[in-house]
Amino acid sequence: MVQPDLQTVRLSNGKQITVHTQLFINNEFVPGHGPLIETINPATEEVICSVHSADKQDVDAAVAAAAKCFKDTWRKVAPADKARLINKLADLMERDKDELATLDALDNGKAFTVARDVDITDSIACYRYFAGWADKIHGKTIDTTFDKFCYTRHEALGVVGAVIPWNYPTMMAAWKFAPALAAGNCIVMKTSEVTPLPAYKFAVLVKEAGFPAGVVNIITGYGHTTGNFLACHPDVSKMAFTGSTGTGRKIMESSSTSNLKKLQLELGGKSAQIVCADAELDKAAEWACGGIFNNHGQSCNAGSRILVHESVHDKFLELFIKHTKAMIKIGDPFDEDTFHGPQINKSQFDKILKYIEIGKQEGAVVAHGGKRWGNKGYYIEPTVFIKCHNKMRIMQEEIFGPVVAIATFKTIEEAIDMANDSIYGLAGAVYTTNLDTAVTVTNEIKTGTMWVNCFDVFDQSTPFGGYKQSGFGKELGKYSLQEYTQVKVVKIMRSNL
Amino acid sequence: MTVKFAHEAITSKGDKLTFNTGLFINNEFVEGASTIDVINPTTGEKICAVQAAEEAQVNAAVDAAEKAYREVWSKTSARERARLMNKLADLVDQNVDEIAKIETLDNGKGIAFSKGYDIPEVAKTLRYFAGFADKLHGKVIETEGKLSYTRHEPIGICGAIIPWNFPLMMAGWKLGPALCTGNVVVLKTSELTPLSALKLAELIKEAGFPPGVVNIITGYGHIAGDKLARHPKVGKVAFTGSTNVGRMIMKASAESNLKKITLELGGKSPNIIFDDADIDQAVAWAHKGVFFNHGQCCCAGTRIYVQESIYDKFLARFKEFTSQTKVGDPFDEAVFQGPQVSQTQFDRIMGYIKAGKDEGATCYMGGNRLGDKGYFIEPTVFTDVKGDMKIMQEEIFGPVVSVAKFKDEEDVIAKAHDTVYGLAAAVFTQNITRAVSVANKLEAGTVWVNCYNELDYNTPFGGYKQSGIGRENGEYALENYYQVKAVKINVGL
Repeated sequence: MVQPDLQTVRLSNGKQITVHTQLFINNEFVPGHGPLIETINPATEEVICSVHSADKQDVDAAVAAAAKCFKDTWRKVAPADKARLINKLADLMERDKDELATLDALDNGKAFTVARDVDITDSIACYRYFAGWADKIHGKTIDTTFDKFCYTRHEALGVVGAVIPWNYPTMMAAWKFAPALAAGNCIVMKTSEVTPLPAYKFAVLVKEAGFPAGVVNIITGYGHTTGNFLACHPDVSKMAFTGSTGTGRKIMESSSTSNLKKLQLELGGKSAQIVCADAELDKAAEWACGGIFNNHGQSCNAGSRILVHESVHDKFLELFIKHTKAMIKIGDPFDEDTFHGPQINKSQFDKILKYIEIGKQEGAVVAHGGKRWGNKGYYIEPTVFIKCHNKMRIMQEEIFGPVVAIATFKTIEEAIDMANDSIYGLAGAVYTTNLDTAVTVTNEIKTGTMWVNCFDVFDQSTPFGGYKQSGFGKELGKYSLQEYTQVKVVKIMRSNL
Repeated sequence: MTVKFAHEAITSKGDKLTFNTGLFINNEFVEGASTIDVINPTTGEKICAVQAAEEAQVNAAVDAAEKAYREVWSKTSARERARLMNKLADLVDQNVDEIAKIETLDNGKGIAFSKGYDIPEVAKTLRYFAGFADKLHGKVIETEGKLSYTRHEPIGICGAIIPWNFPLMMAGWKLGPALCTGNVVVLKTSELTPLSALKLAELIKEAGFPPGVVNIITGYGHIAGDKLARHPKVGKVAFTGSTNVGRMIMKASAESNLKKITLELGGKSPNIIFDDADIDQAVAWAHKGVFFNHGQCCCAGTRIYVQESIYDKFLARFKEFTSQTKVGDPFDEAVFQGPQVSQTQFDRIMGYIKAGKDEGATCYMGGNRLGDKGYFIEPTVFTDVKGDMKIMQEEIFGPVVSVAKFKDEEDVIAKAHDTVYGLAAAVFTQNITRAVSVANKLEAGTVWVNCYNELDYNTPFGGYKQSGIGRENGEYALENYYQVKAVKINVGL
């Protein structure tokens, strides 16, 4: 008996909603041939429902649908018409904002108000931003010798694969879909099997907006099976992956053994927030607090190391804990006051608690938090370690939870060295009122994003992506279009001069 | 409740059209210093009177724009600008029927074109530029001991003076880049065709643009246009019209505040047909090239050069094709060519036809008025022309074309360049080398290969030589609406 597509699920606030659970291929929901996977409500530890997963034949079907659509239909659609469709999709997301936010909150555990006002809002803005690029992807003409006429075309890749994580289900999808579609590609996206539900509501809107069948295909399944089939598929021209550095390596390996598909990797981070002696301490503490505790610490760019000038350490710590207590309201995701929800699942929950133990064993001191919160749901208190040094595991390894490690520095050069002493290079921040310090530090830190006197501030128009083992390739902004196009040069020889 | 200056007109098909005849300043329709009668070129009869701006009203519009820029628009996010522009585009699409009829009533262009091309292009142009609002990038430039970067900042108050040949489309071409780059606008329409922009004004208010961001005034060029071109607070003026008036605008800038100017002026564009061209295609495109919009196109292909060996064949087929041009009431969906826009234009064109005959050219077909009501002129073809004739040098702006022979590429390029203009050109050939080679050699802002009058909102359009300064449409248009500031921060000197 094949599980029907529509399932009714209960929210923690008693409401009932209907969700899709089958694979979205060619604008239809179809059963998968992989195992049914249970998706858990992290706030209650209960099963929400089971979803279909994709095995090799489903991945093949999705890729075939995308390939056929690209060849027969999508590449012939005028760019301005692609823009209209993407804008229409954004309009529909705006209309159904609450429903989308509900699914993000249910499946991921983030607060409903955060899902609505940040995740979904930014996703909609992302689609609108990239819709504007669709008819502005220009090649160049390049003068070489007098007898030739040369120009470049920035062409779509064809079928792109995307594997996205569970930490921002709708927004991570938007960061891939929006530029991919604007650049003229068809897509097969594998969502995380941990948060499969939100994307299927999005799929319904894709069809309603009028996208031709096969442009957008959404499947789910385990990374080592479904994700791997996609990464190895010979007809997929490019893989865009966001997730752990470990899995990023596997994707790269799969590309190397299959068709050398182009890659884009957004991996882990251990971003340093540098608080200088001349920083506006209270504001810095507030930004730094959000910088680590936003999304329950489940951000690749989380500012999980704070480097404070020794002269202001105690004052800063006092302010930081003050802001933590004020900002981090823990509770049910559907509670209006909640800011901090549960961690995504048991495996992450266990891992984070283990790192807290490691920190204690390494000699760091818990200044705040350090324990589970409540006895139902994967809740962990916002946790602050002090008296850390940069070689500790809690200063080098990505914890992906609400745990921050604070260390001190004497000189700005020392801070720069400590910040750069990491295999990662995703983001970072410096808090200072001094112009020279701001420019020097931002020039010297080896990361893809440097915030000055703020943290976690995102815009659709500025690029995001890592240095070093945080990955390669950019998301957002004009830069991201390069990831989704390929350059052909045409060189016409003139025989008549 | 009657709205002040609201007006109702009826088309020849009995459709009711509503619009406001006031000056649109600060999101309100207000009184002018005087009125101007608006004539229906299909009948020669008065449609209505509109309020006309003189110095005081131009000043009021500029003041409204300045206040809006300082207090609101300069603080409005790019995303919000884009949202408003997209909303306006949606409203234009929703009202395409009525706006198109107003355009056809006022300008005389076929309803098939106003509804199928002019008005939809306004929406497309607005959408295209809306997409650019949050994509205006400066650069960071490596310099010694400094962090140097550029900002592309709005100019502030932009004036726009537009013509009567594509009334609303010309408004779209100005508003698009001006608004997306963060400027506020005072737009002076042609006193011959003020109505469609006044309809757009209602939609601008409905879309939610803050008052003063877009102001639309009707007025005479030598009064309101001149005042706008000389206004010390206006940072830039964009003008589309005749080369003669273009000179006046440049002079006005020189004599006032050296405001930046862009000029889209006249043309006498050559259409070159080689002997290996697909003749039927060449005929069809050449027809569109000159007779589209009743010849009232700055880029019209008004000099057709045909290679000797196919000249007779081309001419015969061109005559046959042209003789099927449907001229008549523009509200008839099947009509290709309506009346010329005014009595003045009509007289001017007829004057050129006479000059052509007087100078010894052969009037191969056409040459007469059509009917006795409205400003209709037959599609007219001259042959046996010489390069120095008035009809070969001066812009006629009507359904009149000259056809001449040429020997080879060298010969025709010399002939093509024998003009003060350089707006557009076309070459018809199947040979790839010749196509690219000739296209690259022609001194024109747009060169069409095997087509004509293909205008897109995302490719740049503008003139070489005396056809103008600056480009409209496409990313290139943005350069005309922002100014570049370099910021250089000392970090180690």
